[in-house]
Amino acid sequence: MNALRRNVLKSAAGAGTVAVAVAAGLLTPTFALAGAPRSAFQAKNLGDALKEMGATGAADSKDITIKAPDIAENGAVVPVEVTSGIAGTTSIAIFAEKNASPLIADFDLMNGAQGFVSTRIKMGQTSLVRAVVKAGGKSYTASKEVKVTIGGCGG
Amino acid sequence: MKQQLIMKLLTGMAGLSIGLGAATAFATPESDRQELIKYYTQKYPNVKVDDYVYGALAFDADSKAQYDAIMEFPPFDSEIDKGRKMWETPFKNGKTYADCMPNGGKQIAGNYPMFDEAKGKVVVLKNVINDCRTANGEAPFSFDDAKTMGLLTSYMRTLSDGMLMNIKVEGPKATAAYEDGKKTFYSRRGQLNFACASCHVQNAGNRLRSEMISPAIGHTVHWPVFRGGDRVTTLQDRYKGCFKQVRAVPPATNSPTMNNLEYFHSALSNGLPMKASVFRK
Amino acid sequence: MAEPMRIRATMAGDVADVKVLMNHIMETGLRKDAKTGQMVPAHYITEVTASVNGTKVLDAGMSGGISKNPYLGFKVKGPKAGDKVVINWVDNKGDKNTAEATIG
Repeated sequence: MNALRRNVLKSAAGAGTVAVAVAAGLLTPTFALAGAPRSAFQAKNLGDALKEMGATGAADSKDITIKAPDIAENGAVVPVEVTSGIAGTTSIAIFAEKNASPLIADFDLMNGAQGFVSTRIKMGQTSLVRAVVKAGGKSYTASKEVKVTIGGCGG
Repeated sequence: MKQQLIMKLLTGMAGLSIGLGAATAFATPESDRQELIKYYTQKYPNVKVDDYVYGALAFDADSKAQYDAIMEFPPFDSEIDKGRKMWETPFKNGKTYADCMPNGGKQIAGNYPMFDEAKGKVVVLKNVINDCRTANGEAPFSFDDAKTMGLLTSYMRTLSDGMLMNIKVEGPKATAAYEDGKKTFYSRRGQLNFACASCHVQNAGNRLRSEMISPAIGHTVHWPVFRGGDRVTTLQDRYKGCFKQVRAVPPATNSPTMNNLEYFHSALSNGLPMKASVFRK
Repeated sequence: MAEPMRIRATMAGDVADVKVLMNHIMETGLRKDAKTGQMVPAHYITEVTASVNGTKVLDAGMSGGISKNPYLGFKVKGPKAGDKVVINWVDNKGDKNTAEATIG
């Protein structure tokens, strides 16, 4: 992470830190639009996380594909793949809406990196897995429900 | 008394002569295996016998897709590496496990369990490992210790990947051990009064609450597993779990009951390829 | 957490397909130790960066919500076989790790 950005985010408090930093001339608009600050990872609900990321009101998009199971074999290791067909994708963020901290990871993509990420996430309970894609300064989103069961025989 | 119990159970599996093995003159381990395959494939004509190595995953595409995604780059690779270091580290006297074992320990796991005529009992691969250890002045590992025996076998068994299960049951003593394992498999037990067969024969391919039940054919070729991609679990660990789940007191690992059960159970998977250290939920 | 990570990088057509398996406990900080009854402190990778031939292609923020021994797959257009991929991570305790691989 850019050291300047880290320092700015440490000193600013509360919501709208990015806006404050931009207004103060400490961040150029391109940095302001790039990726999720640590405060987004600390948000306890989807709405707050999106606000911290400047992605409130992200438009539903059919050009985002989420490959994730219908029923997770084990909530500790759920494979999730997000493909964005939106031109100029600059970042992909993955959320599990009902997790204690819904934002799980945010991937900034640049210099030829394609709109694609694959990872494995932890889910505490049945929930929507949501992807938020940033492209051309705008935000887009799609989701898929993943069911999580507990217990059973595990054969 | 036990024979009566078995007969009562088997009326639910009409026409399945495998359970009547003791009473049928011409039952052999191979005919038992073929009977079961016929039973399952008649029930599920669309599931290939080759895919039975995946157990319940062969019956559920969503689960199999997760298995494939995780097996592409397993999170437990570094755990298997710990097993590899254990395998390759010489004993205090300079010898290694490979020195003890036929073929240096490669492509042998499918021969176990094996009936050892000299010892007069079934020998499992972990017995061979411990015999190697004691012959070279080291203390044997506990079968139940995930950090030692679990991790060592998680690597060692991969040396037999691709080998076809090849359990031999020859001679009256071996046959008696096989029949003892079969009896364990088909006997009801525990507060829930289930036999292994109640789930894994009668209800293979059905769901028990949220769980898809796997068929007995293909069961033994894919151990140990890493539960949740994380916790190494051996076949006899799983046997204990099953006993507990029907609210029965489990036999001890490495007991004659458990080893004979593994002997019978493994013979059912003869001809299927082995693959160790795989992901399971 | 200095256990080496594993990288597989291959060309698939004109796209470099990179798969990384990191070694990290990824404790969320929300788990109670069964033996002591105490909460296990949070210990997880917070940032991962990837570069090809010195140019950054990916910069990711992570939380404890990523599974233990994190897996990451991504694709890059532009590199060719023989180019070098370098992955770096840092965790919330300041531990670091780096590894590189050649695109095959």
